[in-house]
Amino acid sequence: MHLDHPVTAPQRHTYGAEPFHADGSRRALRVGLGGPVGSGKTATVAALCRALRTQLSIAVVTNDIYTREDAAFLRREAVLPPERITAVETGACPHTAIRDDISANLEAVEQLEESLPALDLILVESGGDNLTATFSRGLVDTQIFVIDVSSGDDIPRKGGPGITTADLLIVNKTDLAPYVGADLNTMATDAHKQRGDLPVVFTSLTAPDGIGQVAAWITGRLTAWQAGATS
Amino acid sequence: MSRAALLVLADGRFPAGGHAHSGGVEAAVAAGTVRDPASLEAFCRGRLHTTGLTGAGLAAAAATGYDALALDEAADARTPAPALRRVARRLGRQMMRAARATWPSDGLDRLAHDRPQGAHQPVVLGAAARSAGLAPLEAAHAAAYEGVGGPATAAVRLLSLDPFHATAVLARLAGDLDHIADRAASAAARVAAEGTGVLPAASAPLLDLAAEQHAAWPVRLFAS
Ligand SMILES: Nc1nc2c(ncn2[C@@H]2O[C@H](COP(=O)(O)OP(=O)(O)OP(=O)(O)O)[C@@H](O)[C@H]2O)c(=O)[nH]1
Ligand SMILES: [Mg+2]
Repeated sequence: MHLDHPVTAPQRHTYGAEPFHADGSRRALRVGLGGPVGSGKTATVAALCRALRTQLSIAVVTNDIYTREDAAFLRREAVLPPERITAVETGACPHTAIRDDISANLEAVEQLEESLPALDLILVESGGDNLTATFSRGLVDTQIFVIDVSSGDDIPRKGGPGITTADLLIVNKTDLAPYVGADLNTMATDAHKQRGDLPVVFTSLTAPDGIGQVAAWITGRLTAWQAGATS
Repeated sequence: MSRAALLVLADGRFPAGGHAHSGGVEAAVAAGTVRDPASLEAFCRGRLHTTGLTGAGLAAAAATGYDALALDEAADARTPAPALRRVARRLGRQMMRAARATWPSDGLDRLAHDRPQGAHQPVVLGAAARSAGLAPLEAAHAAAYEGVGGPATAAVRLLSLDPFHATAVLARLAGDLDHIADRAASAAARVAAEGTGVLPAASAPLLDLAAEQHAAWPVRLFAS
């Protein structure tokens, strides 16, 4: 359904999902991070930026529910230069902005791509939501769902599209497991039951290199993306 | 002409970014002027007869196929508040993306090319309606309805209003909506001969002032 050549209408932003720039090069890999409120999405984004920013050109889009706090936090922590962090407003409904009407997020992503040439990776953090919130394939190429041990070790068993279908499931805050009585083995077993072969990682972002496995997963995805494999 | 196309365009689920905007209701709720179904209805009626009429006129004129760039200028002239100009162009960009994916046409491509930062949303809405094979009157209906439907949805979220009451407010406005769309379409029919000066230019100064203040709030649920 692509009707005209990008040169005659360079601003044609009809389908954000197209994997190539007008010059034929591959655009940045877009990774969505969703999950319940407070599970550690922003902490994951911050840790990923710190771990990968020397080797990759990274930008971040945050979707706060009623503030711009996540963007402000990331800027304050200086995980990236401020021009690489954009906040999208979601009108009280974070999953709408990442799934049902992705236009504002696509704009933010494209704006970053235009102002920062040669981007490798764009991380899109959803506002904290419920277990059914997933990203549209029109917005991101791959998605991570972040839950944590302190909201109950039965969360993986409850499932929901985020837990069952995300390309990577992160179970975060394992350092807190002893204090909240969370059984990590049960969580792992339930998660694998829900997800089949899809990967699950357990993280504690308070530990040194707590983000290591996630950073490695992203790097692997990016390599496949740049090589042209469908992510 | 397809009546079903009008339903698609006017559906609140049409993915053109409107869900993140309250049409001024968030500021009105904070000011205490919208607090229940009755005050929501008064707000919506006021909005409909002012900026609603103006937007519907622009949309209807764009749906006639009249020069969209001239209409975009006419929209600027009718939108004095800088915050609302920014919102209108941003929503115009988002509407453009959705419209080109749903009803691709040369007219939309041209407007997107000439206004890469976005034309005013009602102008893009009218161009989208034309692309969908809709008449100017139908474009006016879509614009007018959107102008009250967005605030009503936002009020439900902001005030936990009973959604049945909020929808009843919209139903009670149906007669006004028809009337406003008629007026907008009649004016639009004269634009080809007489220029954009004949289009409605009603405005709502309180909405303008409140929008400027709202844009500076550090914490808010809606983008406008
Ligand atoms: N103990 C512990 N605390 C963590 C860990 N990861 C994140 N936190 C803390 O958990 C709190 C919430 O983390 P965020 O990263 O803001 O969570 P979020 O998912 O982005 O939250 P929302 O965007 O509000 O939905 C913060 O105080 C973090 O410092 C972890 O692995 N262990
Ligand atoms: Mg966050």
